[in-house]
Amino acid sequence: MRVALFVPCYIDQFYPQVAIASLELLEKLGCEVTVPAQQTCCGQPMANSGFAHITGGCDTNFETNFSGFDYIVGPSGSCVLHLKEHHPDAKIRASVYEICEFLVDVLKVKSLPAYFPHKVGLHQSCHGQRGLRISSMTELNEKPFSKLTYLLDLVEGCEWKYPERQDECCGFGGTFCVTEEAVSVKMGQDRIQEHQANEVEYIVGADTSCLMHMEGILKRSASNVGVKHIVEILNAHA
Amino acid sequence: MHMLSHAEASEKFIANQERTDWHDDTLWFVRAKRDKASKLLPEWEALREQASQIKEHMLSNLPQYLLEFEANAQANGVQVHWAKDAHEHNEIVYSIIQKHGDKALVKSKSMLTEECHLNAYLEQRGIDVVDTDLGERIVQFRKEVPSHIVLPAIHLKKEDVGETFHQHLGTPKGNKDPQFLTEAARIHLREKFLEAKVAITGVNFAVAETGEFVVCTNEGNADMGAHLSDVHIACMGIEKIIPKRQDLGVFLRLLARSATGQLITTYSSHFAKPRAGQEMHIVLVDNGRSRQLARDEFRNSLKCIRCAACFNTCPVYRRSGGHSYHQPVAGPIGSILAPNFDKKANVDLPFASTLCGSCSNVCPVKINIHEQLWFWRQDLMKEGLAPAGKVLGMKFMAWMMANPTIFRMAGGMGRKVMNWFPFLVNNGLNPWYKQREMPAPPKQSFQEWYKSNRL
Repeated sequence: MRVALFVPCYIDQFYPQVAIASLELLEKLGCEVTVPAQQTCCGQPMANSGFAHITGGCDTNFETNFSGFDYIVGPSGSCVLHLKEHHPDAKIRASVYEICEFLVDVLKVKSLPAYFPHKVGLHQSCHGQRGLRISSMTELNEKPFSKLTYLLDLVEGCEWKYPERQDECCGFGGTFCVTEEAVSVKMGQDRIQEHQANEVEYIVGADTSCLMHMEGILKRSASNVGVKHIVEILNAHA
Repeated sequence: MHMLSHAEASEKFIANQERTDWHDDTLWFVRAKRDKASKLLPEWEALREQASQIKEHMLSNLPQYLLEFEANAQANGVQVHWAKDAHEHNEIVYSIIQKHGDKALVKSKSMLTEECHLNAYLEQRGIDVVDTDLGERIVQFRKEVPSHIVLPAIHLKKEDVGETFHQHLGTPKGNKDPQFLTEAARIHLREKFLEAKVAITGVNFAVAETGEFVVCTNEGNADMGAHLSDVHIACMGIEKIIPKRQDLGVFLRLLARSATGQLITTYSSHFAKPRAGQEMHIVLVDNGRSRQLARDEFRNSLKCIRCAACFNTCPVYRRSGGHSYHQPVAGPIGSILAPNFDKKANVDLPFASTLCGSCSNVCPVKINIHEQLWFWRQDLMKEGLAPAGKVLGMKFMAWMMANPTIFRMAGGMGRKVMNWFPFLVNNGLNPWYKQREMPAPPKQSFQEWYKSNRL
């Protein structure tokens, strides 16, 4: 199975540990992983700002880097959703997966050699949850399920908690985080408060952008709660 | 006067953190009630789908259903008027009032008349308009506009209402007892109902096959007005048509559950014909609706039944308040309706969202609200309504992301000086840093790590 690892631009630059954990995890599970060297960005920051009409160069670069693989896998629900919904190439749209859904739906992972003896709060990032349907949504009358908690339950020692409002947005929202700074930060503060009430050590999610936003607020308040991408936990060992 | 953008108005709203938390919690409570009510119906998702399809069918056959409705209403003895825009609507209403020589009227909740700014129009012509919905009366006293389409005074606390009633109804200063204040409003409104010869109501559903219309309220104020008046004027947008009476079995079950978590509104009143001696008028208003209908991406925004479930679930609305949307209809649905009226004035609204998608999930007629927000962003930016700085930043970013070599180079420099994303630059002006830190820059990017460890 030839898998191309898609490393979103800001993860490449600011959170290399998330990409490293993704790479190691996929290899551990038997995938032949390629990292296209000239990849940059999925185009979402421009498109969600209303500039989808100028992302042609970005889309072409993505296609050049990622054509010819069985699967394209990335550790970001938001970027993957953008590609699935808006990339002009049908093959790209059909073969791109968020890493947790790839683990559950394609690799059908039943066990993981993972150990993470900590209590974590699960943040459900909206694009992964509502867009890719990584988990059920509280608004809908549907049977509860979650690919994220399924995976966390495979990790020895890991205890996870939902915040009181199980799937409310953290307020990152791409450029929203600066254009609507006041609302964005307030939303983030409210999420964090609910996680802190659960006395968790880390806030965990499948989208680094949401975590970056909440980490920024946590650091400003000198909180001892940290953030981790879920792949860092799935790849953690004793 | 400079109209505040959504972001500016929100910042002011949030400055009062206690009130913001109260507003957020109160509306979240309504959302929770809606969740509970919807989960008691195993067929909930099927109902939503059916409602959406009935509206889809109606929109695709709107002209014929409007004509059917008109013919049946006329056969019932109702006078039907057509208004192409807000101005015509207001003129029609005023001419009916003038014919009867009245100087006062009672009006139950109608977002359409808010959209048409009917109150201001009539007041300029010496007509005293009394809003009879309790929340609307409160905001009317305060010379404000509703901040929510179902709960018009939800931005106010009982202390605020006590003070307003003290000023306008002479209740004792400092009294904030909800039951006492409601009773005071009741006595005040009874007088107005008894005096008024003309009553205006909105319309929730207009049934083409029968020519009747249905008005839903919890306070019974629409009924009180309509039944006591000599003239009943019902104002409706043309998209309020439903084909058959049996369709009400779908919509009435969805409306109140979505709006407040009630099983049904306290009053769901059917008006078919004027009683003996009464005049009944219906004003059918377009005001941009046919323009919206012609836009493929946005046409199904016209399915909206004004339940406000999208307001209550919206994490942005709950923390910014309805007035920050500077439109009669606020919230996520307002943000996709508003650019149809004025793109330039409402360019900020489709951006007042994180695109979290919760609105589309609660919508009882399955409007893809968050996707339409995205489409409006494209439409507005393509029309050149972006600030110059934004266009430049976006063009630079698009260029960089299309050129891997530039991206790697900029990244290497950027991590050191933190100016990699145009919007993450820490120049003391960047809003990111007002209340947040950036991650500590790593020594190596992932690609650099990969080169030195794997290749």
